[in-house]
Amino acid sequence: MRYSNNKNSNQPSQSNQHSQHKKANIKTALSMAAGALLGTGVIVNDAKAEVLKDWQFDSAFLFYSEDQRVTAAEVIVSGNKTFANDEILNFKLTIDSLTGASANGAVVQAQAQTFTRPSGEGQYVAPAGDTPLDDTFKDTRVQLNTQWTQPLAENYTASIGGHFSKEFDYLSLGINGNLAVGFYKKNSTISVGLSHFKDTFTPVGGIPKPYASMLIGDSSSASWDEAFAKTRIASSDNKVTSDVLLGFTQVINRRMITQFNYSYSMVRGYLTDPFKIVSVLDQQGTAQDYIYEHRPDERNKQSTFAQTKYHFDQNLLNSVLDISYRYMWDDWQIKSHTLDSTLHMSLSNRLGKQSYLQPHIRYYQQSSAEFYRPYTFTGQEGHASPEENYISADYRIGAMDAVTLGIKYGFSLNNGNDFSVRLEYYRQMPSNAGFAEPSEFSNLTVYPVVQAVIFQLSYSFL
Amino acid sequence: MASNGKQWQAMALKALKVIMKPSIKKSRQLYQPMSIAVSKTKLILLAVVLVNLSACSSLGVEPWERDLLATKAMALTSSPVDAALDDHIYFSKEASSGGKSFGGGGCGCN
Repeated sequence: MRYSNNKNSNQPSQSNQHSQHKKANIKTALSMAAGALLGTGVIVNDAKAEVLKDWQFDSAFLFYSEDQRVTAAEVIVSGNKTFANDEILNFKLTIDSLTGASANGAVVQAQAQTFTRPSGEGQYVAPAGDTPLDDTFKDTRVQLNTQWTQPLAENYTASIGGHFSKEFDYLSLGINGNLAVGFYKKNSTISVGLSHFKDTFTPVGGIPKPYASMLIGDSSSASWDEAFAKTRIASSDNKVTSDVLLGFTQVINRRMITQFNYSYSMVRGYLTDPFKIVSVLDQQGTAQDYIYEHRPDERNKQSTFAQTKYHFDQNLLNSVLDISYRYMWDDWQIKSHTLDSTLHMSLSNRLGKQSYLQPHIRYYQQSSAEFYRPYTFTGQEGHASPEENYISADYRIGAMDAVTLGIKYGFSLNNGNDFSVRLEYYRQMPSNAGFAEPSEFSNLTVYPVVQAVIFQLSYSFL
Repeated sequence: MASNGKQWQAMALKALKVIMKPSIKKSRQLYQPMSIAVSKTKLILLAVVLVNLSACSSLGVEPWERDLLATKAMALTSSPVDAALDDHIYFSKEASSGGKSFGGGGCGCN
């Protein structure tokens, strides 16, 4: 590994030496930690220096917090080793932890509402006038990714990768492959990528029966377990996702590059959210029942994506503008538009440090799935043939607009390592896609705004 | 190399024409605001691609002109870690995923 050296002075002051020593210690500690993560264990300094010589690490800590809902903390460590013949090995470890409350799908009421926890053990109460939130949301996830990229022949680059992710109630395994062909002095590139995931979901309390009424009552009573079991159809279920990604990139000139992608994604299997329910209302709008949601076991998504990056000259601080747009559509009749832009502005060199400021804006809009209903009415639940009567009140597949505003500040240390801090504000604004509202809802917020703050620290080191 | 590149461009152009044809026709027949909006988006995209392809001979740089393109800030994904974190957030909070990279499974959050 490479230690920092002060290029500004041949005779560093004592405090400089001290800070350098400290920096080296931190760096050694981080490298040791990374070494341990990669399974190299505790190794002697020389050997460690040898092993980590060509590694480049990116690490980040992310804190995501929604107003009164979910809070998540996530750590990523990613290591890249480049071999002499341009082969690249990448390892990525992600650990995240999630706590807090999540909307259970039921609609707000003028009176308090009582629900059974997904496990069937115990209840929770949503206060009058509040969107019902299930506060039992808690999970820890460990994810491992590895990717191997290598040139196959002149202008041909291939890449293969594996994915493993495990939560308490979820297992995901995936593989992917990509082939890129460069031509016209590598100014143009065409790529084809394939990926395949298999996920197994074993939710606490099992897989609920679609359209079954949520059992609410005394979970310690003798008949409870038997009655609860009748609302369940299995203990686990699977989902398979296959993606095809076609890409085209084109260098326009010395300052500009563009990218166009088309992707097709097929998802088969259990796509329902076992924790989500739908309120069954009477004509006045008062909840009479809560039924488990039911989604199709198939979803085909397509998307087109276009991105341009432009490098301005000195008059505009050598800024880099990044603009991208994605249009997605699927056979659930969801259509979405995503516009994303950042402006990377180099700041003047101060104290030998290269620094930049990067504002970010993202706008997202989606239409609702054809089977989305914020609630249903008695007699309309469609008990007759649930296979064709899909229903979900999950606002995430309803109509909404969302905006993200962010700012990132980064700087390079004297030894070439990079540090950055990112702060973002995310706001989701669900809307009514034309559903009639009972008179009781006139003073209630049926489509509440969800706000979140995202804070991230990143450190890249050699 | 150049002729090889032109062959690819011709193929891509042909493929795009086939893809775009039905949707343009459909929007003309229906005159629905949404489908017109969609086809407009597609047409703009098509126009950009066509301009790129037809002008390919004057596009691009020589290998020694890649100084700016080689910088980290100009990489199409300049921060893979930020991208991974963002993908995870939006995958779990919205109905769309992928597009730029694979949008597959991997978490029980949606």
